[in-house]
Amino acid sequence: MSRSLIDIRDLSTTEIEELIRTAEDIIADPKKYSEICHGKKLATLFFEPSTRTRLSFEAAMYELGGQVLSMSNAASSSAAKGESVADTAKTVSCYADIIAMRHPKEGAPLVAAMNASIPVINAGDGGHNHPTQTLADLCTISREKGRLDNLTVGLCGDLKFGRTVHSLIEALSRYTGIKFVLISPVELKLPSYVKKDVIQAHGLEYSQTTDLEAVMPELDILYMTRVQRERFFNEEDYLRLKDSYILTPEKLKGAKDDLCIMHPLPRVNEISVAIDDDPRACYFKQVLNGKYMRMALIMKLLEIEV
Amino acid sequence: MHVDSINNGIVIDHITAGKGLQLYNLLGLELQDCTIAIIKNVASRKMGRKDIIKIDADISVNTDILGYVDPGVTVNIIKGGEIVEKKNISLPNKLVNVIFCKNPRCITSTEQELSQIFNLTNEKNRVYRCAYCEAKFEEK
Repeated sequence: MSRSLIDIRDLSTTEIEELIRTAEDIIADPKKYSEICHGKKLATLFFEPSTRTRLSFEAAMYELGGQVLSMSNAASSSAAKGESVADTAKTVSCYADIIAMRHPKEGAPLVAAMNASIPVINAGDGGHNHPTQTLADLCTISREKGRLDNLTVGLCGDLKFGRTVHSLIEALSRYTGIKFVLISPVELKLPSYVKKDVIQAHGLEYSQTTDLEAVMPELDILYMTRVQRERFFNEEDYLRLKDSYILTPEKLKGAKDDLCIMHPLPRVNEISVAIDDDPRACYFKQVLNGKYMRMALIMKLLEIEV
Repeated sequence: MHVDSINNGIVIDHITAGKGLQLYNLLGLELQDCTIAIIKNVASRKMGRKDIIKIDADISVNTDILGYVDPGVTVNIIKGGEIVEKKNISLPNKLVNVIFCKNPRCITSTEQELSQIFNLTNEKNRVYRCAYCEAKFEEK
């Protein structure tokens, strides 16, 4: 079985730091990497609508000089005819060198990795994992703050279903001196097993609040999230909770000058556009860093060295 | 009461009193043609009361099921009337097709031919999580 990335815990902190270093080197000298994946093919298997993640993977492969095989949409795929994930993975292994898979069912990319003969990257499996988003987040924190330890990290919005939040907590919990500030409506609180099995298991501090402005002055990082309609079984609950937190310039008044405002995007209205020109807004940098980290990851899993 | 000793087979001992029949069913022993005895409420110095299952044939039993349902049981392998092996069964680290994921978002909910794999993530609290979606298994 090839090495795959299904969960951020599949990578050690040393490997994550190596990926960040590779990403920084790509940023410094993109030409050095522009043909490094020549002759290699990435298959993007997206069984759930996604624009940015798929485009990010495809841009990453093209910028490495590789090629991309892609299906136009999930409705026209063999999965719509009832093909299993295992069979799809075995079939695509005959065509491509690496797979990036998004699937609405949790665990589908793991099934693909168990059956493919090529590396599989989880590009999001329902509300479960999205490790390349976490790589983008870690790269952004590292580049903006110069470190991944000793930070007070505010996580705001949907902490219950937000997979990016859970993965980021998993990843940052392996560093020392991290303090999490969990800001959410009561109904969307971080699940207790994440608090117990991850944050407390690593001996880290956390606090919980519903009041974003009250905790703003202590934050080094503010990670905003969207309340996602597709994670709710009940439309009423979604409508009631979707506008719980909207970040505006007024709410930033007490914030540190070097606060780093992040969001996995797409945003709906959680961050006012008036904040986009604030130097503390890092969410579009996150998008760019995501592409560089995906480039570094593709190289790593294909075992290509410069 | 007297139950004959067996020559070649398996004795599952130290079963928590009352769980003998449950284990008999979960292990699929009703499908076996050999002689099988379920002995209930046997006096035990260590346990007070215990159940015992005696299987008069050299068959394999799923120790994951035993460990999950009743960690602490002992499996004695009998050959030529002697105990040749004694296995103390503890909570298994991995369960395959013993319990089933109930998360409707899990891939196993739509691809039912997949093996149901659970990993022990917290031994103290006996927490098993689905290997695919990480949902915690709840007994009820």
